[in-house]
Amino acid sequence: MKVVIFSTCVVDLEFPNVGKAMVEVLERFGCDCYLPSDQICCGQPTYNSGYEKGTQRTFRNQVDALLSVESDYIVGPAGSCVAMLREYPELLKDDPEYLGKARILAAKTYEFSQFLWRILGVENAGAELNGKATYHRSCHMTRLLGEAESPYALLEHVKGLEMVPLANAHDCCGFGGTFSAKEPEISKQMVDEKVRHIEETGAEILVSCDPGCLMNIGGRFNRLGKPIKIMHLAEVLNSNVDERRITYLKQMPV
Amino acid sequence: MGIATSDKPLLARVKESEQDKFMQASVAKAQDAQHTKREDSRALLGNWEEWRELGEQIRQRAIAYLPDYLEEFSNNVDKNGGDVFFADTEADAVDYIQKIVKETGAKKLVKSKSMVTTEIDMDKQLLALNKGLALMETDLAEFILQKDNWDEPTHIVFPTLHKNRDQVREIFMKLGYEGDNDPEHLARFARKYLREYFLQADLGVTGCNFAVADTGMINLVTNEGNADLTMAIPKTQIVVMGMERIVPTMADAEVLDNLLCRSAVGQKLTSYVTFAGQQVAGETDGPENFHVVIVDNRRSEALGTQFQSILQCIRCGACINVCPVYRHIGGHGYGSIYPGPIGAVLSPILGGYEKFGELPYASSLCGACTETCPVKIPLHKLLIQHRMVYTDRLKMQGGLNNFMMEVIGIGTGFPFLFRSAIRFGRPGLRTMAHKTDRLTALNFIKDEPLVDKGPGLVGGWADVRDLPIPPKHKESFRSWFADHKQQQKLAQAQKDNSSDK
Ligand code: SF4
Repeated sequence: MKVVIFSTCVVDLEFPNVGKAMVEVLERFGCDCYLPSDQICCGQPTYNSGYEKGTQRTFRNQVDALLSVESDYIVGPAGSCVAMLREYPELLKDDPEYLGKARILAAKTYEFSQFLWRILGVENAGAELNGKATYHRSCHMTRLLGEAESPYALLEHVKGLEMVPLANAHDCCGFGGTFSAKEPEISKQMVDEKVRHIEETGAEILVSCDPGCLMNIGGRFNRLGKPIKIMHLAEVLNSNVDERRITYLKQMPV
Repeated sequence: MGIATSDKPLLARVKESEQDKFMQASVAKAQDAQHTKREDSRALLGNWEEWRELGEQIRQRAIAYLPDYLEEFSNNVDKNGGDVFFADTEADAVDYIQKIVKETGAKKLVKSKSMVTTEIDMDKQLLALNKGLALMETDLAEFILQKDNWDEPTHIVFPTLHKNRDQVREIFMKLGYEGDNDPEHLARFARKYLREYFLQADLGVTGCNFAVADTGMINLVTNEGNADLTMAIPKTQIVVMGMERIVPTMADAEVLDNLLCRSAVGQKLTSYVTFAGQQVAGETDGPENFHVVIVDNRRSEALGTQFQSILQCIRCGACINVCPVYRHIGGHGYGSIYPGPIGAVLSPILGGYEKFGELPYASSLCGACTETCPVKIPLHKLLIQHRMVYTDRLKMQGGLNNFMMEVIGIGTGFPFLFRSAIRFGRPGLRTMAHKTDRLTALNFIKDEPLVDKGPGLVGGWADVRDLPIPPKHKESFRSWFADHKQQQKLAQAQKDNSSDK
């Protein structure tokens, strides 16, 4: 199966480990991965800030880049950015040249955990990680992409990992892309509450499927001098893998 | 002041709210409690998403044919013997109400809760115009605000969310209350105080949850029964409503009441759900003179624009109750009588970008509002639409952040520029990085200098959080991937080679 990796700008700039882990996991499950080098960013930083016209070029570049390699699927390590690609047909609806391509793109793009669980049908990825962890669900992944199950389902089968629920999991961590930099006074209070809830779980590892949130929450933990280990789900699923542990779902999720 | 509740800039308001720990705790508690009640009451319907869709359709239709439904409503009120007045502006509305006060010679006015009368600043204007007039807010929360020297509301459903019971007790003591801070005792005091006043009232002013076009009736939804008394006792009643409050039929109102009560307070229905209008032959109560003031006040500017869907709003406040920004900055932070996501969308339309253009940026676009809205208004998308209007102005003003966004726009539009960002991001951010001994966020922060200050947006980020500098170019994901592929190729070639032999 040919998979194009949608790396996302945050992973390209700040999280090499996440990209690596994702590719290694996907290869383990038989995916032949490609990374078109012209891809940049889904366009949220400028579009969500109100720079609509300027962002059209970003959209079109991303469409061309990700479709430049023929593939069965496009997979990205960020729920928020994937949700944005899924909105491309709406965002490019006035562009007859790109609307059709945008539809093709949106139809085969998946977030990493949902691809693993829903498309490949992976139940147990074979990983082992000893410790206590909690999961931060990102707003865009849950609400815009509509994916609330796959990360939890995959985490359940990681050997040695104790998952603890996070209070007020539905509240935003205060990242919000440029919001975090434009309204730091508000964002700070939001991330502080998130840090407090994470601390209250007693978890030593924070897992998420959105590098943006991890960058925000992790950066705040560090600023406050509080201990935490930040992990993307792909890194968790790539920990101490024993392929004999791998199992597949008997019934595919609907 | 219209819808503005403060003259201070957003940042100053946010900082003040941050100091108000009581308000923050009380908002968080209310949000969490409402969360359970709301979701439970919605779940009882069994198919909440279908109800939302129905609600959306009803509201979309009402707004799409607004002029027709308003005319139908107005004709029906007329037919029953009432009067309808269309007020273009806040001044027109107040003038008309003032005219009725004069004509009836009213001395004692009772009011039930209405956001529109707050919007048009009716209370204070009437009191200034009529020396002999007494005016009483009879909704418990509005009563508290009035008696606290006209304090501003901080929520559209729970106007006194920022006050605690001790503060309420203090306010009531000025009115002769001598009891403790038990909310039940406080409410009993208010009820007695208000009841005496009610019996002497000669003019009632109510808001309107829905105006039913095909009957000319208005629909009010309350828990205190004060709106019903306001309609039942005085001979003259004035209903003040935003022009978008219209619904086509009673059957539509029934659906919307279901959505409203569950979304606003987590009840299947509130204690009182009333349909009323002009007293007609055979009835023993209700107003003999019934006036409806339909207020535009810039609402029609949203018609036919990207913002039209905001007129679908049924003012349930659910978006406020789920908003993580409201959770911290409270109603005061928004500086508008309409706070939260609904306020951040509505305020720039009703009050202009000059005053409220920054509100749409005070959102992380988390989408909690859009997810909860019972009539499916895409609130977070409307916030982006406002930003689009506003950035055109920002461009004219220039400024560092605008410049930075333009640079990001260019950098994310051209692949070669982005590839150089990957290559030069490290040395670039290195100039803003400093050596610290903070290293507690493992697997993220490395033993390297950290970005902890910077100009513009970098500074905004770094004021709150540490940012590692990007990895060396050869350690970036893309470099790793290229190597990785190379090695796979080599391994494959070796394999092919050995199998050839
Ligand atoms: S926008 Fe939606 S959720 Fe918010 S108050 Fe209006 S109807 Fe309720």
